[in-house]
Amino acid sequence: MPKVTIDGKEIEVPAGTTVIQAADKAGIPIPRYCYHPALPVAGNCRICMVEIEKQPKQQIACNTVVTDGMVVKTNSPKAVEARQAVLEFLLVNHPVDCPVCDQAGECKLQDYYMEYGKYNSRLVDVKVKKTKKAFSIGPTVMLDQERCVLCTRCVRFADNITKTSEFGVFNRGDHSELDLYPGKQLDNKYSGNVVDICPVGALTDKDFRFKCRVWYLEQTKSVCPGCSMGCNITVEWDKSRPHQDKKARVMRLKPRHNPEVNQHWISDEGRYNYHFIDENRILFPQRKVVAIEWDQAITAIAEAIGPLQKSGRMDRVGIIVSTQLTNEDIFAIRKLFKDALKVPNIGFKVPEKPGYADDFLLKADKNPNTAGAAAILTDAVGGDEIIQKARQGGLDVLYVFGRDLVKLYGKETVEQIAKSVKLFVYQGSNVNDTCAYAHIVLPGAVYAEKDGTFTNCQGRVQRIWPAFPPLGEAKWDWKIVSMLAGQLGVPIDFKNSEDVFKAIAAGVGAFSEMTYAKLGDQGMVLKK
Amino acid sequence: MQKIATRHFDQENPQRLENYLKDKGYEAARKALTQMAPAQVGEEVKKANLRGLGGAGFPTGTKWGFIPAANPKPRYLVVNGDEGEPGTFKDKYIFELDPHALLEGIIITCFAIGSHKAYVYIRGEYVKSIATVRAAIEEAKAKGFLGKGIMGTSFDLDVIVHPGAGAYICGEESALLNSLEGHKGFPRIKPPFPAVVGLFGCPTVINNVETLACVGPIILNGGEWFAKLGCEKNGGNRIFCVSGHVNKPGIYELPNGTPLREIIYQHAGGIRGGRQLKAVIPGGISAPILTANEIDVKMDFDSLKAAGTMAGSGGIIVMDDTTDMVWAAMVAARFFAHESCGQCSPCREGSGWVYRNIKRIYEGHGRSVDLKNLPGIINNIGGNTICAFGDAVTMSIGSYVKKFRGEFEAYINRSSDLEYAKSNH
Repeated sequence: MPKVTIDGKEIEVPAGTTVIQAADKAGIPIPRYCYHPALPVAGNCRICMVEIEKQPKQQIACNTVVTDGMVVKTNSPKAVEARQAVLEFLLVNHPVDCPVCDQAGECKLQDYYMEYGKYNSRLVDVKVKKTKKAFSIGPTVMLDQERCVLCTRCVRFADNITKTSEFGVFNRGDHSELDLYPGKQLDNKYSGNVVDICPVGALTDKDFRFKCRVWYLEQTKSVCPGCSMGCNITVEWDKSRPHQDKKARVMRLKPRHNPEVNQHWISDEGRYNYHFIDENRILFPQRKVVAIEWDQAITAIAEAIGPLQKSGRMDRVGIIVSTQLTNEDIFAIRKLFKDALKVPNIGFKVPEKPGYADDFLLKADKNPNTAGAAAILTDAVGGDEIIQKARQGGLDVLYVFGRDLVKLYGKETVEQIAKSVKLFVYQGSNVNDTCAYAHIVLPGAVYAEKDGTFTNCQGRVQRIWPAFPPLGEAKWDWKIVSMLAGQLGVPIDFKNSEDVFKAIAAGVGAFSEMTYAKLGDQGMVLKK
Repeated sequence: MQKIATRHFDQENPQRLENYLKDKGYEAARKALTQMAPAQVGEEVKKANLRGLGGAGFPTGTKWGFIPAANPKPRYLVVNGDEGEPGTFKDKYIFELDPHALLEGIIITCFAIGSHKAYVYIRGEYVKSIATVRAAIEEAKAKGFLGKGIMGTSFDLDVIVHPGAGAYICGEESALLNSLEGHKGFPRIKPPFPAVVGLFGCPTVINNVETLACVGPIILNGGEWFAKLGCEKNGGNRIFCVSGHVNKPGIYELPNGTPLREIIYQHAGGIRGGRQLKAVIPGGISAPILTANEIDVKMDFDSLKAAGTMAGSGGIIVMDDTTDMVWAAMVAARFFAHESCGQCSPCREGSGWVYRNIKRIYEGHGRSVDLKNLPGIINNIGGNTICAFGDAVTMSIGSYVKKFRGEFEAYINRSSDLEYAKSNH
């Protein structure tokens, strides 16, 4: 394998590696606009120029393949000068409208200017005016031609990743403009990604623009709960500006790189699926639509289950588990209801309509943890069977986690169940039609509030981190189950999610040897 | 003096095959195909010191040798007849007056590099050239000089004419390949070079029209004969296209190494109206300009390079003492700004900026700081771009500012009252 020295640091890389890849690997920053690791090399921005010993001209790091013994200088006076020159050229016809630009704060023109620029402006000549500023190019994205640096990342994304080829660069010279081909709209399942890869404020997200300045955003690593793919995301939220956007905390979701799952991308379906985190939440425990205290609610449930426990009639209890729950939540449910109370009727399979699926990131199963539920609840009963029992008076207690029974089985069935069982508990994060029929409603946390793990359709166990505490009086689902367990005299005393995960690793073969530390950012695959 | 590329130009209807055949027409191709091995043809061209006459002056035989022997893909010859360099109009004459000399050169070259398909990319505005070459191809096909089993050998060759659509940058060989493939005329990043990954991803040789027109005579008369006609490392003659303020503008085929002074004053008849020479561009608009004191330079690739300019496409643009050099620089800069393809940042933004800056000076709004900044801005383009266009902007426009700085200063001094008044506004 060739050895290359970059800024005095010797690195060994596989043959065929480019200078920018080697530098990235060694953590040496080289500025870039057009280069993107997941897209073909374009070599047009010219800002990644570096000095290479024994070569007369500076070379672009993105298209120069490393050879053995190559000596690269990324910060020599020549390289810095070339970089400054490119930066100045890119600003020649740029409107520099940062104060009204939504990209400000995460703009590579700003960042590199602060790092390499800071010269006095020599730009006195009239700027070229591009045709269109701030216009809609599809349901999710806005385009500003003046701000575009023509790096063609979006063009290459549409050509190579989605293969929908909406974008083109039209005209010539400094009149070149990014635009859509005539009659096209940027309307594909992954269109939001062009906003992420746009290094400047040319492509902005309709959902996000002008909602919040990016420097107010906090970032929390998470996993998209939108389908069973489990794309890695960052939840971007705002803690200091509660007056913005109707007090919503989450401002946007961004993809997080995981080469094994989603590479650099997420679907639009996942990207815009965050409003439920702050909207329409169940905020406190309720009994028949009236707010009650947590201990009242837990006691009421314990009082219904307790006598059945004593009389050994656990077959009169039915549990429907949601696959939106984390592995930790599902394990706590198993520990209490299956392992301790020996409830036979525990199920997670319900007749959900399959959603849109393709051969890229979108899966038909719109739940993030079906594989985890299947691994933890090994001999689960079908959801239909439990519902059937409840309808026919075969159950005294029906405890539903997260599943909207009205949507799944229809109003009449749920109405019937509410009458035929003695206690109907609904535990979930958001208000739905089923809540109205439940005798007791318990507020659960959403994924962005939880510490835990999801298992995706590949069997990959991936960590999610809590961005902020649960809204209102909501609690993590496994904590609610633990409270109930305490009341029923079954001690489940996990201190934190990691504790629960340790128990999963010890108790469920497929998870053996996994720890939070080992999962890291990229996750681990279940053992077969 | 023995003429090569223009040898038939004075004949009646030289473009017709019957006339071409009268002067040993297609005998060089017959010799190559029937008596020589492909490698021998390449050797002969190397011996001839034939260099690329499109402008870069790269040794032709060496270029052919870059085609990888082991690559199983088809190989292509692409003929660059885009002829967009301002001041250049030689290929047009070859297309229209001696298309069979070009076709014969194509046949021999394709035989040498093992290609069975050649594309002739002709500047779109050259309507007559396109028609003439197409007619010549039909004539050659009818005689069995093109198509299957050429001249009774097992060698097949198809030649396809492709008209350009009017972009200077498509004369840059990799932009030409993109254009030929139906893409936008953007130069490609190198490596890979066309000899390895060229047209349709296959090994490709790209040669200029005049270069190929020399191949036939080289094969017929031998490489050494050709080499002796020119100067050291630059064999044969060159068609010089003389335009501007001379008495007899036109094309002149002369040996490489002929002094520029001789071309202007002897062959092109001197400066119009007996005026004084002020400046000459020796090799198309991209070549750095020469002052009247610098015209004793010999016109070959190496001498011109040593003189700080370049032989380029052989387009000699002569300017007399009536020429306003700030205006001339502005016109050149406007051309570059208009023709920059817009792919890479320094050239896209820089060429326009340089033009607007010079235009501002020309229009009387120059500032004293402009002359301080301008050379640096111009310098930042060259060497930093995907193709040689950026280098051309830097070398060409930079030379006006450097060599005629006094004229720029005069413009700026004229506007200094304005500048002073503005500064106290």
